[in-house]
Amino acid sequence: MGAGMTLAEKILARHSGNSRVSAGDIVWAEPIIAMMDDPLGPKMIQAELRRLGNKIKFPERIVVISDHCAPPSTILQADLLTVTRNWAKEYDIQRFHEYEGICHQVMVEKGYTRPGELVVGTDSHTVMGGALGSFATGIGSTEMLGVLITGQMWFRVPETLRIEWDGILPDGVMAKDLILSVLGDFGSGGLTYRAAEFGGSVVQHMPTDQRFCLSNMTVEGGAKAGLIPHDEETMDYLWSRLSESEFESLEPIAPDSDASYCDKKIYSGSGATPMIALPHNPANVHPVTEVSSEKIDQAYIGSCAGGRLSDLIAVARIMKGRHLARGVRLIVCPASRTVYQQALKQGILETLYESGAIITAAGCGACGGGHSGVLGAGEVCISATNRNFKGRMGDPSSQIFLASPLSVAAAAVTGEITDPRTFI
Amino acid sequence: MEHPIRGRVWKFGDNVDTGQMAIGQYTRQGVEVYSAHCLENLRPEFSKEVEPGDIIVAGKNFGSGSSRETAVLALRYLKVGAVVAEFFSRLFFRNAINLGLPVIEYINTAQINHGDVVELYPMQGKIVNITQQDSYQVQVLPDHLMKIIQAGGLVPYLEQNYLTS
Repeated sequence: MGAGMTLAEKILARHSGNSRVSAGDIVWAEPIIAMMDDPLGPKMIQAELRRLGNKIKFPERIVVISDHCAPPSTILQADLLTVTRNWAKEYDIQRFHEYEGICHQVMVEKGYTRPGELVVGTDSHTVMGGALGSFATGIGSTEMLGVLITGQMWFRVPETLRIEWDGILPDGVMAKDLILSVLGDFGSGGLTYRAAEFGGSVVQHMPTDQRFCLSNMTVEGGAKAGLIPHDEETMDYLWSRLSESEFESLEPIAPDSDASYCDKKIYSGSGATPMIALPHNPANVHPVTEVSSEKIDQAYIGSCAGGRLSDLIAVARIMKGRHLARGVRLIVCPASRTVYQQALKQGILETLYESGAIITAAGCGACGGGHSGVLGAGEVCISATNRNFKGRMGDPSSQIFLASPLSVAAAAVTGEITDPRTFI
Repeated sequence: MEHPIRGRVWKFGDNVDTGQMAIGQYTRQGVEVYSAHCLENLRPEFSKEVEPGDIIVAGKNFGSGSSRETAVLALRYLKVGAVVAEFFSRLFFRNAINLGLPVIEYINTAQINHGDVVELYPMQGKIVNITQQDSYQVQVLPDHLMKIIQAGGLVPYLEQNYLTS
């Protein structure tokens, strides 16, 4: 037991005005960023906000991003976008975005998520921001209403579980495989109320683009935050996205070297292999080799877990010069317009197109069953997304297997779940 | 002696995610519609047969997944009296408290059967199983949460504590 503080403790101490907090303490803290999306944002809180005095305590801290319903497939979705857009205009929200991609991806691309800061958002995958050393966590709509009015909310300071991978990640294995292994070991409630903090040589050498996947899926274990302490890689990522004065004003926080962790788990990064989560639970994890030969109807690339540039590059690596298996469709939904543009410029989209893939507009797409690739009765999908709950992507009788973008591409080529290392 | 929450038990297993309570395809169609489909993939009869005050008793990690508050709103619309689980996902736990739905953590929910009639005393930390003539001790929620629940949720709590006329 060390006497120092974890990253989670230090960030919550800073934003609650305490010099020291410990796991288990209840603190009232002020988020620096409060992000709302389209389904759980303005529409859910606008009437009560008006009734309760109609005054936002810190309007400059609010970010509104419509992503789930853009572009809309139904009139109801279109109306939700209208409500969100009008609300942002009425309250003069400067940081409003729509049609630009998934809120969590837009948050990091625009430099809104910063190390050492406290970020809340009305979407469970807000934890993705933890990859930049930010304490970022999801909240409900009513909780957000409280943040809008009071500027603060209560937190129970979480215990922190430290997870490290040593060695070097073998070719063919991605961040997705690592976080699936963690979920398989800890179970889908195994991280509940805790913060996870990642490290080790594999994480040190991992680009931020992939680190996001680790942090993103900690919530599938129930975690409150998925933190990666900032390092040179983090600062490089931020340098290219912030103005010079914004960059100079950063106040990143590092965990104390004698921080007290509730548990520590060290994995062999060199021994990691491609993993897959079977329906209907993201923690129902097995090595891909144990599931191979399961036939698929759809292969899906996208979401805030698996739709970034490094994911699309991984898919293109396998698809280049190959074609989809007969009867199989590969749907690629870039996580943001920026990702879309980068993939376009680098020729990635052309490679994917030539292999038979369908490229959709950037956004949440079919991950939550919204649009652009939902599943019909009995269909089987292998997906680079983060959840395979029953009916998540469409009909309740459909089946979702969660795997890395490489594994999704390998299955798209063969028509059945396949170890991607056979193509590498 | 506090007034108990009394009802019939609907039993569910582990990892009931919010997407089962408020199914994605129906959530934009209004509370009446998504509530009519609440938990139908797990117990098709639930929304038709649940009665006001009935109590959901589940295993581990109740309310996992999406932060959607519609999961709590559906249970409230169906007039579910409370949810007892071994433990909750943190998002569902907070949402329930913020919307005034009592949530109680009890490690041994396996003792309680589907169809049992139980009485809950959240402030005393007690569950009485009328059917099995047994009672169980549970933890009382911390003070700051009790205050929100007693106010009827976060909105009435804010009205009472932050907004003066």
